[in-house]
Amino acid sequence: MITVFKRPHPLSDVSNTYCPGCTHGIVHRLVAEVIEELGAEGDTIGVAPVGCSVVAYNFFEFDVQQAAHGRAPAVATGIKRVHPDKLVFTYQGDGDLAAIGTAETVHAAARGENISIIFINNAIYGMTGGQMAPTSLVGQVTQTTPYGRKIENQGYPIKVSEMLSTIEGAAYIERVSVDSIPNIKKTKAAIKKAFECQLDKKGFSLVEVLSSCPTNWGMEPSEALKWLRENMIKQYPLGVYCDKR
Amino acid sequence: MAEKFLMKGNEAVAEAAIRSGCRYFFGYPITPQTELAAYMAKNMPKRGGVFLQAESEIAAINMVYGAAGAGARAMTGSSSPGISLKQEGISYIAGADLPCVIVNMARGGPGLGSIQGSQADYFQATKGGGHGDYHMLVFAPNSVQELVDMTARAFDKADEYRMPAMILGDGMLGQMMEPVEFFEPTEPDALPKKEWATDGTGMKRKKNIINSLYLESEILERLNIERYERYKRICEKEPLFEEINTEDAEIIIAAYGMSARIAASAADALRSEGVRVGIIRPITLWPFPSEIFARRAAYVKAFLCVEMSMGQMVEDVRLAVEGKCPVYFYGRTGGMTVEPDAVYKEVKRILELKTAGGI
Repeated sequence: MITVFKRPHPLSDVSNTYCPGCTHGIVHRLVAEVIEELGAEGDTIGVAPVGCSVVAYNFFEFDVQQAAHGRAPAVATGIKRVHPDKLVFTYQGDGDLAAIGTAETVHAAARGENISIIFINNAIYGMTGGQMAPTSLVGQVTQTTPYGRKIENQGYPIKVSEMLSTIEGAAYIERVSVDSIPNIKKTKAAIKKAFECQLDKKGFSLVEVLSSCPTNWGMEPSEALKWLRENMIKQYPLGVYCDKR
Repeated sequence: MAEKFLMKGNEAVAEAAIRSGCRYFFGYPITPQTELAAYMAKNMPKRGGVFLQAESEIAAINMVYGAAGAGARAMTGSSSPGISLKQEGISYIAGADLPCVIVNMARGGPGLGSIQGSQADYFQATKGGGHGDYHMLVFAPNSVQELVDMTARAFDKADEYRMPAMILGDGMLGQMMEPVEFFEPTEPDALPKKEWATDGTGMKRKKNIINSLYLESEILERLNIERYERYKRICEKEPLFEEINTEDAEIIIAAYGMSARIAASAADALRSEGVRVGIIRPITLWPFPSEIFARRAAYVKAFLCVEMSMGQMVEDVRLAVEGKCPVYFYGRTGGMTVEPDAVYKEVKRILELKTAGGI
């Protein structure tokens, strides 16, 4: 018998707690596949954020630290300085990374901290029930922008990959999407490049993953992916923003 | 005899930390603890360690969280307003049962306050500071030598009980120079391995998780109760204090840190006049040495608590004394220093109250 599909070993054999149609599960699996392919499971330390993926430590087989809201890059810095040869990555949402944790993110990049960040951008606060994120689109209706995000009130969405790519310490930054099979494949390749960048000690790497949140967007999962494709990618163009490998 | 060094308190803490096997210091500049960070910046690289100037106090304490969770002895240092910023991280460190050492060379508050030494962070240090049910070990040395000794002890006890420990000094103690002797250095590799640390499974063990989140309240309650059982053992075993001339005392001064040194000068002057005054100096503020106060309350006529604050430790003295005798308070605040003469006069005033039937 030939095995054509199996759970990657770094992914725990448990049910995850994400909503039906949520793309966190896809990205978790991609992270686990890459770590397995790199043979790095025993040498990986992950950092979970505050947000929907706060309990990510339940879904991986490697060591994980859970960090305070926005502080994952600082926590990862502490870990990495103790274990410079291990694979240290954070997994953070848009509120965690681009609002409350902006300083930690920018300065980890500025230091060229040799860590990787998997940044899930779904343009909304998921865990708290759908409030405006720093990456919410102009006009986007959320619980805290019931009349739509207005520039005169809430300003503009933050383009994290573009912003961080201006920082000299950044070594690899790519924005990808998990809205389609081809894009999921590109996402996996980007995660692999980021992790390899770290293992080669090239410095700070970040993969921004455009993701969907059907529950808080109030859409069917397929409709949410369509919305992502038609709206988010326009605001957040896909591609490599920085590559100094 | 061991070699003596003339050092500032802030530098002595740094050297003691390195000799205790600490190789990771994460800090942010703030007066009056800057010499601590400067010493680390200069010496950590020479001793195979890491000094990192963080982008904020918040980042610094979270770097400590990461390094401590990864199994290393880690330290951060700051002063009052900076320590306030660290409180979130300290709560997480306590919640995740991580050992580390935090130095607070306190200054006058509230707010941006002043840059002179103060003892107004007692409540913050001993009663939480951050959110939730937790404590940290709090050591309050009164000399540069004791800063050295307590720094070593803080690392050992933090590891033993898996909890954060604070060295609570003040700007004066951090800045003043005194001769000190150091203990033999411990290399980090010689320290016991932390089996719970996130240092990679090596595919040889199950994953380790550093975490303070428990969505099921039943579990969180059980863990908090277990942590408080540990705290109870600490309260039985770990209180430290110094007593001076309390055997025949009719009045005892309660003071810690620099206030205790100043109070000792006042007590000497009073003793030379035949006034039977003693001193109890708590060295650990948490656990508070309540028992000795309870024992002495059985025969003294009064306590006088002397602090560089509006009166914070005095509450713990009153709790320990349980109304068996009056507990008076004298303090200066805002970065002002208690003067020996003022303590002398306050003791005299209280004893006169006695003759007037006041005690």
